Amino acid sequence: MAEGQPIIRIREVTKRFGQTVTAVDDVSLDIREGEFFALLGPSGCGKTTLLRMIAGFETPSEGQILIDGQDMSKVPPNRRPINMVFQSYAVFPHMTVADNVGYGLKVTNVPKAEIRERAEEALELVKLGGLGGRKPDQLSGGQRQRVALARALVKRPKVLLLDEPLSALDAKLREAMQLELVRLQHAVGITFVIVTHDQNEALSMANRVAVMEHGRVRQLAPPSELYEFPNCRFVADFIGKMNLFEGRVAGISGEEVLVEVKGLGRFSLPGEGEASGEVGIAVRPEKVRLRREKPDEDMVAVHGKVSEVAYYGGSSFVYVTDETGRTISVNLQNEARTAEPGVTIGDELWCAWKPRDSLLLST
Amino acid sequence: MESWRKNPVVFWLLNLPPAFWLFVFFLVPLGIVWVISFGEKRGVIDIEITWTLANYVRAVEPLYLEIFWKSIVMAGIATLACLIVGYPVAFAIAFAPERLKAILLIAVVLPFWINALIRTYALIAVFRSRGSINFGLEWLWEQANALLGLVGLGELALLGEKFVPVPLLYNNTAVTLGIVYAFFPFMVLPLYANIEKIDRSYIEASLDLGAGQWRTFFSVIFPLTWHGVLSGVIIVFVPALGAFFIPDLLGGTDSQLIGNVIERQFKSANDWPFGGALSFLLMYLTFGALALRAAVSGRKQGLEA
Repeated sequence: MAEGQPIIRIREVTKRFGQTVTAVDDVSLDIREGEFFALLGPSGCGKTTLLRMIAGFETPSEGQILIDGQDMSKVPPNRRPINMVFQSYAVFPHMTVADNVGYGLKVTNVPKAEIRERAEEALELVKLGGLGGRKPDQLSGGQRQRVALARALVKRPKVLLLDEPLSALDAKLREAMQLELVRLQHAVGITFVIVTHDQNEALSMANRVAVMEHGRVRQLAPPSELYEFPNCRFVADFIGKMNLFEGRVAGISGEEVLVEVKGLGRFSLPGEGEASGEVGIAVRPEKVRLRREKPDEDMVAVHGKVSEVAYYGGSSFVYVTDETGRTISVNLQNEARTAEPGVTIGDELWCAWKPRDSLLLST
Repeated sequence: MESWRKNPVVFWLLNLPPAFWLFVFFLVPLGIVWVISFGEKRGVIDIEITWTLANYVRAVEPLYLEIFWKSIVMAGIATLACLIVGYPVAFAIAFAPERLKAILLIAVVLPFWINALIRTYALIAVFRSRGSINFGLEWLWEQANALLGLVGLGELALLGEKFVPVPLLYNNTAVTLGIVYAFFPFMVLPLYANIEKIDRSYIEASLDLGAGQWRTFFSVIFPLTWHGVLSGVIIVFVPALGAFFIPDLLGGTDSQLIGNVIERQFKSANDWPFGGALSFLLMYLTFGALALRAAVSGRKQGLEA
């Protein structure tokens, strides 16, 4: 699937609002046929603007968007081979569910019998079979979203755009819908482009994720690569939890970089040869182990006191504060069934991890 | 809903003055007119309440029914004209840039700052044979004549010997235009409020699904503003039905509407019982229109619920 041809090509696209606001800043990326692509970023990063430019509701100030090899700059939204699921769903309140789903076919003069058949099929697909006669206000939020999905999919678009599709749903439903969307995407084989500010959504659903900040794409990679190999502090911090230390490069030998961090000592970790000067050293909370005794020399270790324990059921986050006042978060899996917490506030412990589990961030 | 129970002092303090006002200056006079409509004239100012229905019987004579009907038709035409002109105006304001929006709204409301009577008189200055429109037409006529003179056709007097003013005033068209002019803001404001409220993503969704601009307007925007249309129509139609000084000032001899007839009963004809009966018939008619509106929107709500 990942080897598909590009279906959407975004070339050096910039979008400015007025004189001062640059919502999207020189973005170039390809979205491949059949993939589940996510645009991820905090609010105001330009992800929605980019999506709206693909849909045709905004025009790029500079650059070009190609869909299926065709330049879209002169193509209005109603003539683009893509459909969108809106954040508010935008299910027409004055039409029945079936009329909503059939609307996109009706306006393009598809014969009535075919409309009915395809609308029913689409409703079946989103598990709303038999609800065609209902009015939108007789549906729950989740059902309305399914109507919006069916209404877009019934058009058999080349690309389906989803603008924060799960943000209005409660936590439980959101999780179910994540799986549902992936299932749907497999079933219809259409390229999905989703905009979200929720990293869990992006990581769990997408084949590839573009992380955006201030109108620029910071990193474009598959979820596991984003998580394990973030290319900058922003991505490292935005995706998941991260312990970040300030350090400096002390030497380079081949593929290894020797770094020095105050309180952690010197250790080498894999990294690019160009790193020099002040750098960030990062380690994920689940890579860190807690030890009662001082760990071996080959581990990076720091001594501290437990300042807080946050219990989440399946796992706990333990926050350890060291002598310099830095707080290190450690993720503990609660593997054994016990009501007794393994660590309590005030415990003096060692936090330790393998040097190669930490990450060098030069920007 | 329950708060008035919790704080009855504040409730009565706030609601007593308006309730008193409505009672003394609206309900009581209305009641008096209602009672009078069952009375008989005994002298110049004496009216005896005999609970006769004669006034109502007289009010439904063909002569008056015809005037009722004509009032309904003219008010209907004026309302339709208001809607046809007002919808695009409201639409344009709703979609105008934020700063322009305020200016445009003020432009719509501005005429309200001037008394309606004065505005109607002003229309006379526009419509009369020596008014603005005819002056403009005369100027065009002169220019055209001069042009014809230049090309050597001046002798033929193709456009007539003399400019003849177009009779714009003192007819039904003038009355209709006057009503449209007077009640136009009443149509635009509720429409604007409704169009403004539409979630823009409905419009975008329609475009996204392949509908063109016109299709989107008739299939999505207009149905979603249906309540605004109904409100505007009622708010314009009801006062238009009772208009009396507009036909008085702008209308000709055959432009008498029911409002004029009623006014005359209370003034020059000095027949209050008959005027009261006509007034109440008009009011029942208005109630009918309101009930129709309630039924229509009620049915729509019933479908949606």
